Amino acid sequence: MSILINKDTKIITQGITGKTGQFHTEKCQEYANGKNCFVAGVNPKKAGESIFGIPIFGSVKDAAAQTGATVSVIYVPPPGAAAAIWEAVEADLDLVVCITEGIPVRDMLVVRNKMLRKEAAGGKKTLLLGPNCPGLITPDEVKIGIMPGHIHRKGRIGVVSRSGTLTYEAVGQLTEIGLGQSSAVGTGGDPINGLKHIDIMRLFNDDPDTDAVIMIGEIGGPDEADAAVWCKANMKKPIVGFIAGVTAPAGKRMGHAGALISGGADTADAKLAIMEECGFTVTRDPSEMGKLIKALI
Amino acid sequence: MKIHEYQGKELLKKFGVVVPRGVFCPSVDDAVKAAETLGGKVWVVKAQIHAGGRGKGGGVKVAKSLDEVRQFAGQILGMQLVTHQTGPAGQKVRRLLVEEGADIRKEYYVAALTDRTTQKVVMMASSEGGMDIEKVAHDTPEKILKVFIDPVDGISDAQAAELANGIGVPAESVGQAVAALKGLYQCYMETDASLAEINPLILEGNGNIKAIDAKFNFDSNSLYRQPEIVAYRDLDEEDPDELEASKFDLSYISLDGNIGCLVNGAGLAMATMDTIKLFGAEPANFLDVGGGATTEKVTEAFQIMLRNPKVKGILVNIFGGIMRCDTIATGVVAAARETHLSVPLVVRMKGTNEDIGKKILSDSGLPIITADSMAEAATKIVAAVS
Repeated sequence: MSILINKDTKIITQGITGKTGQFHTEKCQEYANGKNCFVAGVNPKKAGESIFGIPIFGSVKDAAAQTGATVSVIYVPPPGAAAAIWEAVEADLDLVVCITEGIPVRDMLVVRNKMLRKEAAGGKKTLLLGPNCPGLITPDEVKIGIMPGHIHRKGRIGVVSRSGTLTYEAVGQLTEIGLGQSSAVGTGGDPINGLKHIDIMRLFNDDPDTDAVIMIGEIGGPDEADAAVWCKANMKKPIVGFIAGVTAPAGKRMGHAGALISGGADTADAKLAIMEECGFTVTRDPSEMGKLIKALI
Repeated sequence: MKIHEYQGKELLKKFGVVVPRGVFCPSVDDAVKAAETLGGKVWVVKAQIHAGGRGKGGGVKVAKSLDEVRQFAGQILGMQLVTHQTGPAGQKVRRLLVEEGADIRKEYYVAALTDRTTQKVVMMASSEGGMDIEKVAHDTPEKILKVFIDPVDGISDAQAAELANGIGVPAESVGQAVAALKGLYQCYMETDASLAEINPLILEGNGNIKAIDAKFNFDSNSLYRQPEIVAYRDLDEEDPDELEASKFDLSYISLDGNIGCLVNGAGLAMATMDTIKLFGAEPANFLDVGGGATTEKVTEAFQIMLRNPKVKGILVNIFGGIMRCDTIATGVVAAARETHLSVPLVVRMKGTNEDIGKKILSDSGLPIITADSMAEAATKIVAAVS
């Protein structure tokens, strides 16, 4: 078991013919069961062609109908990325993973509200991971996204973070001490996104193959605090928590569009305090995330 | 991206929000001429810098004669204006706005911003205009009203009226306040703003509603489709090092410490800064080289860090994924040579091609200190500079 994806997941790649899409599709195919998982690509101008042995379809709907795929990954450039998300939602997929960085916030606001309306009207709920995220991986089964596959190892620790390289840091530590990961998920650095820490913590809580979780956050927004409060009441597994940005000045966007302190609750100190109150094992030293998890299980 | 008040008012005007008549003035003579052209007996001379708190810092003055306009314009133009947002060094005033005076009966606060929790646009309004809104939010939160707008529908007359009535706009002026709120919302959406704030929005003696100030911030992701906003950019208001870094697609922010750091990924970059602090020093900057670092980019990053005279040591922290450690190592060696690096350098590399990267560093013959973990790297750089 794992969360969201496994070796049997069938995946469509939107933006498969672009430079980034091609580069990462090859890497994803090479990883574990990737050859069997990545079953379709989408490009309206190249329908009927194929790339790396993957057939290209004119639309997500066609690709899903012909291949039975239920998940898509998006590498479409920012101006068209929100429309690509909506196309996948309209095709009733289970999960859309949007890697694209730099999507206008207004476009994300509109597509998120369209998604909520569709659900409210009784339409199928499609989960969105990202945008501006590294994707997610279930080691030895499948990876969807841009993370380096070789640092992972199958195990029983869940990892969730907004940041890509900070996820790799946690993963690297777990692999080095022999623990490994059940799944590792990057929720992305944008202010308006899909799945949040709380959603991923719920999934890890319900996953019989996850024993403990490393939850990593950063300055800006209420996601980590919301997740912490939920975990206090519901989480049955130990959690190690880290928040990046204790030294970040207020009012400055720290690389990620969403990493911005605009009020007291946005600071790393405030989030660390809530997480500690809610029973997390909190650390201010990111080098010891792996060690702390080991001590807890 | 931020803009000046006079630019924000130009935008608001386009969307039907009434603003005082005013003229942008680059010189004292222009300010006097502007006051003459505007006519009347009272004028407001306002410093234009990208920071709030200008009034308290002495950057906004009410003039009651043309001589006073000349006097105040002369005082303000060229001053180092210090506010709670500029830092102790202040910001040099290079532009002025001269406006007609206003007959203020009541001051309100209105703003549009994006709410991350509900994923809606939130329109905020308060009867406590002209004050620091964070203080109002803290002391009397009940005095801030919020209406959440679904961007698919946009703002309705009823929503705008709810806010106007809620903050106590007199019945005869509600129509004008509704127009101002709707204009503010439209302006926020169509310009891809991330914050649009009018503080204060005033009720004049004659019942008219006017925007007396305008503060905007824009979503950087959207600038590609907002050429009019980009044209408003004032490079004088930006940190020269951050500006230089942005030309090379480096995400850089100046800080006050003495350890420069170069990292890939925003989250890891913040975590590296925090680790430096945890082990007893202060970071001199945030620097994310991004996913596609080249030798040229790394060299440029070193040059930008070393331009800061406070930097006494550099920590490089790379988690190689798509970007390989050997690429970074080659870049670091080239950069250290080209900049004739004279401060201690600690490099920590993990991930893809880590071993090749480490070999490149040790074969270089340069006095590069290597480390295995972030904690070890921070300990070593702190020891090396003290």
